[in-house]
Order: sequence, then C-alpha cells, then structure tokens
Amino acid sequence: MIEIKNLTKTFPSADGTFYALKNVSLTINDGEIYGIIGMSGAGKSTLVRCINMLERPTEGAVLVNGCDVGTLRESELRKTRREVTMIFQGFHLLMQRTVLRNICFPLELAGVKASEAKARARELLRMVGLPDKENAYPAQLSGGQQQRVAIARALATNPKVLLCDEATSALDPKTTHDILSLIRDINQRLGITVIIITHQMSVVQEICDRVAILENGEVVEEGTVVSVFSNPKAAATRRLVFPDSAEDELDLPHDEHRLRVIFNGAPAANTPLIARMAMDKRIAANILYASTRSVGDKIYGHMLLGIPGGDEETRTAMEYLRAAENVVVEEA
Amino acid sequence: MNWFTAKKWQTALELLLDLSKNGVLYYLWETFYVTVLATAFAMLLGLPLGILLVTGDEKGVLPLPRLVLRALNALINLLRSVPFLILMILVVPLTRLIVGKSYGSVASIVPLVVAAFPFVARLVESSLREVNPNIIEMAQSMGASPLQIICKVMLPESVPSLINNAAIAITTILGYSAMGGAIGAGGLGKLAIMYGYNKYNYPVMILAVIVLVVLVQLFQSIGTRLSVKLDKRIRK
Repeated sequence: MIEIKNLTKTFPSADGTFYALKNVSLTINDGEIYGIIGMSGAGKSTLVRCINMLERPTEGAVLVNGCDVGTLRESELRKTRREVTMIFQGFHLLMQRTVLRNICFPLELAGVKASEAKARARELLRMVGLPDKENAYPAQLSGGQQQRVAIARALATNPKVLLCDEATSALDPKTTHDILSLIRDINQRLGITVIIITHQMSVVQEICDRVAILENGEVVEEGTVVSVFSNPKAAATRRLVFPDSAEDELDLPHDEHRLRVIFNGAPAANTPLIARMAMDKRIAANILYASTRSVGDKIYGHMLLGIPGGDEETRTAMEYLRAAENVVVEEA
Repeated sequence: MNWFTAKKWQTALELLLDLSKNGVLYYLWETFYVTVLATAFAMLLGLPLGILLVTGDEKGVLPLPRLVLRALNALINLLRSVPFLILMILVVPLTRLIVGKSYGSVASIVPLVVAAFPFVARLVESSLREVNPNIIEMAQSMGASPLQIICKVMLPESVPSLINNAAIAITTILGYSAMGGAIGAGGLGKLAIMYGYNKYNYPVMILAVIVLVVLVQLFQSIGTRLSVKLDKRIRK
C-alpha cells in the first residue's frame, strides 16, 4: 500500500514560492491500477517523483508498505527504488547498450551475477513480446518497442510498484492501447501495483481502477473511474471528461430526461444500442452529445441522451441500456 | 639568398630516404611517441578532472563544495590561458625534477601534459554534459549510486563524443609538440625549425610540414571513423 500524506512541494520562483503540490493525500491499494490525471503543470510529475524520492517533498510523507521513504538513508533508498520502479514518456533507454543489456542494467546495479541477469532479461523480453530483439540497439526499435524494453527493464528487479510517467504520451493510439494492455496484463499476472500519470482521459478510462484529478497541485476529485466519469463534480474533472462539450449551454426541452451512458469497453457488436432501443422499446432517444472511441473491438467514451416522455420511459430506457455489457447508465 | 636551390631539394630528398637518426622517419617517430604519450598522460589527469567538473556541479550526481569547484575551474582557466611556449619555459624546474633534463623529446612530454590536461578536462566535461539528464534520472530511479551513474551511464553513453574529442586533443597536442621544436624539443618541429627555417632550407621545412599534415589527417580520420563505428544511435 502506498500512502501519500499531506504532501506539499514548493519551488523557489521569481515571485516568491511556487506550490507544485499542495497538501496532497492519497492512498493506493496493493494490486490496483491508479490513475493520476491533470493538465500539464498540474504537478503530476512532481507527485510521482515524490513517491520514489527523486523529488524531496517540502512537507508531508510518503509511506510505501508502511515505510516512510523520506527518512531512509541513501543506501536504503536505493534498495527501495528497486521495488518501486519507473517508466517514462521518453523511454530513457541507454542508447549505447543492446536491448538485453538495457534490461540487465538494474540487475547490474543490484549486483546480480551477469549470467543470472541475462537469463532473467531473456525471460522478460519474452514476456513483453520481443524475444527476437535482444541484440538490437534502441535506435533500431520503434517507440512502442522501446517502451516494451523499458517495461521489461522496470520489471527486472521484481518490483512491487510500477510508476508510469506519461508512458504512452509519445505513442500513437494503437501502440498506446497495446502498451496499456501489456501493463494491465502485468498488473494482473504479477500483482504489481501500477500508478499511471497521464493527461489523457482515454488512458485512465481504459485501464485504471481508481483515479485522482490533480489541478494546480491539489487533488480536486478522487474515486473509482466509473463514478468520476459518470458524475464529474469538480470543474477540472468536467473539463477532462468533456473536453469539447457544449453540454453546459445546451437548452433542453423540459419534457426530456437526460441520461449519461458510459461505455467502458463495451463490445463493438452492441453499439447500435440506441437504434436498437428505438426499435425494441419504441424510445427515440435524442443524442445530445457523444464522444466515443473504439479501441480494438471495444468501445470507450460516453454519450448524453435526452429521453422524451415521462419517468416510465426513462426507467425503461435505463433498464434497457444497463442490460448491455460494460455500459453504465446514470441520470444526468 | 635562394631558399629553393636544387641542392636544397636534394638534401630534403636525402633526409626523407635516410633511415638513421638524422632522417625524417626518425623525427616522425619522435613526434609520434611524444604526442601519444603526452595525450595518454593528459587523459589520465584530464578524464577524472572532467568528470569532477560535471558530477561536482550543484545539480550533479556528486556535488562538490562550491569553493572546490571554483578553484578547479580557476586552475584550468589559468593553465589554458598561458601560451604554450611560455608554459614550456615556466615548467622547466618541474621537467628537470621528473625527467632530469629540460631539453629533448622525452623532456617535452612534461610541458605538453601540463598544457594539455586542462584542455582535455574541458573536452571531457563537454562530452559528459551532452548525456541526456533524463537518462541519469532514470538510473537514479533504478537505485544507481553516483559511482555507478558515472561508470555505467555517463561514460559509456558518451563514448562516441569522447572519441571525437580525443581526436581533437591528440591533433592539438601534436601541434603543441611541433611548436616545442623551437626551443629544444625534438621531432618534426625541430626538423622544420632548426634544419629548415634556421638554415634557410625551405624544401626541408615544407617536407616536415607535409609529414605533420599527414599525421594530423591520420589521427583525425581514425578518430572520426571509430566514433561513428561505435555510435549505436546511428542506424546501420
């Protein structure tokens, strides 16, 4: 478990003190995938760097499995860092080393024998799906492949926590999806706690269990992804969930009920859901806003429906839509 | 006085073919070993110093007290600002102490090292500063100690740049060693100045210069090729 307690980080700036983080408190449970999302400059990177003490917090504490990492001596901290590893937006592979030797790097640092390290590295390369690339150099790989190598490297020391700092922000949507699937797979198979820092709502939507929204160094909202998505309260969350929505200005007919339909990886085969509802239930829903995306054969995103008629029709529509797989319906 | 008589051309040709201690080949050998040894010693001193300049930085992996860092920088700047011929004379006592005499090829290694190691330190500094700071942060996030960061990240990652700079260092030291020929050092500089210029024999001087040029080209092209060959960032 990772407990972040009243964390504040300040930097001296030209006009006094800049608060990168203001009294942030979060608890991340073992084995979950936790998202920390915010616009650039919100303090996400500083927050994640406070977890492994690459940045020293000004106030507050970070407890990793009950151990206050801020009080550790340098040598103890280096050991802890083998248990809380990190992947980055820019991959940060050693460009003069082969793929295999890159994965061996953290093992070398830990003093593992070269033969053991190589065997472990090969095993990891298979796991990330690049068994034939061990002698390649990073410059010969695509971005997605480089991130796979970085993931293998981060897993080499059998960490308990994986920190992902904008790990998919430099990748195209398809590769992003592949890397996220790999991370989810690792989380499920190895039980590693994953903390994902991102500015992309789609990333959180796709793999996170819980999410915290960071704005100007403060946590403005926190909860399960479904609850935050279906009912965003803070203004910053609404901006992230509905990036280009004109929803607030919509002037709706008073006899319509509004429903928010969230697609959390609904099978694409179900998508003519609204049309089917019109045919099966004779409810002609008015699509007020929609932002959905298909990733692979799954649909992600949300839709705002206006249901004409009274409470009866609304209830019928909700029941009908809820029957579909991975679809969440809320009254908006 | 005619600098280009047929007789003088003949002397130059004879010197070129002479394989004894008076021939061009011997002077070339002197220049070669003086340059290589001086470069090696300059690197021995300059490499650690260059590393200290980078790691000892306020934001480096092993910050030094600000005063120490300033003193190192001042020393380097001081040594680099003294013209080589003057430095050669200034370090005569040191040369005598180490070599036992202050003239000749071997003796010239001492002032060459004193003049070159601060220069090498600056070159090493510039190579190491090219290393992506994010990679150093990555190494820290994996639990690397400062020594591990230097040996396993900073130096290996900057090998191509270090080799390029080594080629610059060796060609510069070659130039200095030739200059030393004016005041008692051996090698091609001595041939050009003492036997060419001072005896009004232009052909000998030109010959010595041509051999120097070839040597510089050789060092530089080996350096460049090696640097490209070893750089794994280049797709081949």
